[in-house]
Amino acid sequence: MSLILLIEQVLNGLQFGVMLFLMAAGLTLIFGVMGLINLAHGSLYMVGAFAAAAVAGWTGSFALALVAALAAAAAAGALVELLVIRRLYDRDHLDQVLATFALILIFSEGTRWLFGSFPLFLDVPAALAGPVMLPGGILYPLYRLVIIGVGLLVALGLFWLIAKTRIGVQIRAGEADREMIAALGVDISKLYTLVFALGAALAGLAGALVGAIQSVQVGMGEPVLILAFVVIVIGGIGSIKGALVGSLLVGLTDTLGGVLLPPLLGIFMQASSATSVGSAVASMAIYILMVGVLLFKPSGLFGGT
Amino acid sequence: MTRETFLNVILFAILPVTALAAFALDEPFIITLATKAAILALAGVGLNIALGLGGLVSFGHAAFFGLGGYAMGILASHAQSYTPLMETPFLIEGTKSMLVIWGVAIIAAALAALAIGALSLRTTGVYFIMITLAFGQMLYYFAISWPAYGGEDGLSIYIRNDFPGLNTLDPIQFFAIAFGVLAIVLFGAGRLAKAPFGLALSAARQNAERVETVGLTPFRIRLVAFVISGAVTGLAGALFADLNRFVSPTMFSWHTSGEIMIFVILGGVGRLFGPVAGAALFILLEHTLGGISEFWQVYLGLLLLGVVLFARGGLIGTIAGREVAHD
Amino acid sequence: MTDPLLKLSDLNKSFGALKATDNVSLTLMPGEIHALIGPNGAGKSTLIKQVAGGLRSDSGTVEFAGRDVTPLGTVARARAGLGRTFQISSLAMEYTVLQNTVLGALGHDGAVMRFFRPVMKDRALVDRGMAALERVGLADQAAKRTADLSHGQRRLLEVAVALTLEPKVFLMDEPMAGLGASGSKRLTGFLDDLRAQAPILLVEHDMDAVFALADRISVLVYGQVIATGTADEIKRDAAVREAYLGAEDAA
Repeated sequence: MSLILLIEQVLNGLQFGVMLFLMAAGLTLIFGVMGLINLAHGSLYMVGAFAAAAVAGWTGSFALALVAALAAAAAAGALVELLVIRRLYDRDHLDQVLATFALILIFSEGTRWLFGSFPLFLDVPAALAGPVMLPGGILYPLYRLVIIGVGLLVALGLFWLIAKTRIGVQIRAGEADREMIAALGVDISKLYTLVFALGAALAGLAGALVGAIQSVQVGMGEPVLILAFVVIVIGGIGSIKGALVGSLLVGLTDTLGGVLLPPLLGIFMQASSATSVGSAVASMAIYILMVGVLLFKPSGLFGGT
Repeated sequence: MTRETFLNVILFAILPVTALAAFALDEPFIITLATKAAILALAGVGLNIALGLGGLVSFGHAAFFGLGGYAMGILASHAQSYTPLMETPFLIEGTKSMLVIWGVAIIAAALAALAIGALSLRTTGVYFIMITLAFGQMLYYFAISWPAYGGEDGLSIYIRNDFPGLNTLDPIQFFAIAFGVLAIVLFGAGRLAKAPFGLALSAARQNAERVETVGLTPFRIRLVAFVISGAVTGLAGALFADLNRFVSPTMFSWHTSGEIMIFVILGGVGRLFGPVAGAALFILLEHTLGGISEFWQVYLGLLLLGVVLFARGGLIGTIAGREVAHD
Repeated sequence: MTDPLLKLSDLNKSFGALKATDNVSLTLMPGEIHALIGPNGAGKSTLIKQVAGGLRSDSGTVEFAGRDVTPLGTVARARAGLGRTFQISSLAMEYTVLQNTVLGALGHDGAVMRFFRPVMKDRALVDRGMAALERVGLADQAAKRTADLSHGQRRLLEVAVALTLEPKVFLMDEPMAGLGASGSKRLTGFLDDLRAQAPILLVEHDMDAVFALADRISVLVYGQVIATGTADEIKRDAAVREAYLGAEDAA
């Protein structure tokens, strides 16, 4: 394996990682502030992707498509919060899991109803299409680099939001003590709707950005959702920093595992069986990573006690 | 007889009565549906031991269902192609015997539950949900990327496996097998709930601190419950595979975990017959709503949402009252 | 001189900058009631947790029946014979009153991996559960759901469950709380007899009960034991008067 290929794969891993971060950040924020486990987060990712694909289809503008993705996912998130989610804050996790699983069924089948079962396609905008030359003579798709950049910017923005703004103060206070911040006169239900919509918008953004490199189809959010759970388990629930570190770890492990394991196993066994064993093991690599973290830190790398 | 006991008798009778009526009317498809309901109920009874009694919200029971299914698929596929599973260090042949397959399915699922439980039960709450979900998904991807047994396409078995003295290809006879297993497991699960183990398990759900203070270890009790629960769901997986004569990675998917959980919830968590009611209702909905609309899962989602938000005792709870019987 | 059944030596526990337990040493002799009193926030509940095994000490040792149990957790200490009651009732609320004491008896036997015979038809266990309820006067409530008990009745059930464990030592965290005057008096009489069965380390706010029952009293203030002695010695102790009544009054 050449160094160039390796660097390419590292970049792919990073790109995958920041996508996961956009999902995991919303999930972990919602859990940290409201104590809610939201399985339907993957549906909001899908809503973002479909909104972007539909708007790009009508207008031909990728920028408008992104705006539509953010708006649609945030609106869907706020609506779901108002109608369903707020009845679940005081319920146990089982009820939350079931109700949000029910939301997945409704979202998925509803989307299939509206858009049909065939995948939609969202094109990479012309300005971002094609490869760029990186130092060292590596050709890499510009769009993927932009995704990495957007993801890191969002991460910075979130850290800033939580550390420096009024909303951030309220979010941190809400994590510490719900009743206290209600007593201080913060409109807690408005705050919850806002946080939920923010998380939804991040998921929608991720869906739209990834929609341009994969097909846009029903159920696309579910594998990402489960990987985002793995990220949160690794990073620690409620921690944005944990979500970032966990995302990058999972993204890199998944991408590099698929590339590196088969040739690595090839040293010990025949090439053909090394490929099949290698790909099977690689498909489990992130879960093995999760187990490893869990053995030493049951509440995740950056989790509380 | 309390209202719930009365309801249980009806629920217990509903599947065989349906199957026998369908047999009399020569409607083999209905018999197959009743069989499917019995098998899915069995998977739910397994989950209910962990979820209802132990309060362990496992979102990864598809792992055990799938392992049971693949135990059947792998053994039977080797038997039908007359190739041994393994020649070194010792010879293992495939088999078409249901009883042997069940044994293998139970052991495989129990071992997996032991490993998954030992890791997952170190955590609680949301972590536990997410980790069990992740383990289920791990096996799903493994099944997809492991090419030896069909990979993504799954495995077809041409002839249903054998059971001594019965013709398993006859729908009513296969129903009898599935329902017999369900009845035996229901009896066992009912005894377990009232046995010393059940008392301690349910106490650990209500108050783990209390259980520790009387000198019992919640972790060990929960782990044993998780293993039993996984083994029962594994057995259901083997039967389900035999019903369809087909296994595929879908059995491992998290939708399967969600559906098993839906059987338990629709019927009523922690009720012995809850999964029977839930699975029967699920099959009924699938085939009535499914006939009306291709998108019947929207209605299923709305119904589930309604049950969770407004009818928390599930079907049995709504009819028989909220209080779970204690005797 | 007999050996103490329970011996705490130089126990410490800090939460950040707060020293909740500060070099606490005390003993519990066979047959005695040793009361632990002190103002709110003095660290009594923290200390009880350190003794019961729910909270790991920063340093120091807990010796029980001649054995160092410091590294053991709650379960192992319970099995060794520490019977604890909680300040805030910690019971299986969905169960009946009797099921809670049967759970205690089951825990005492440790034979939990039995999957087939109904536990509530196990004569030996049920009889022991019932006997414990009779001793605290809850026998007529046996079939009631624990969640439906009054606050005071739950306190008594806590004690009954501890009885089924047949412990070598009782650790009781405010058993009188919420009992009312007559209930408190009854329980005082009961504990008075109970010390013959096993000694009691008693955290209690009800001073009438403490002065009536305790062979020895230790006063805990800001995590430190400032005095240990008989009721009369404690009443006369200058440091105790200062802690409870303020500086001028003590002078």
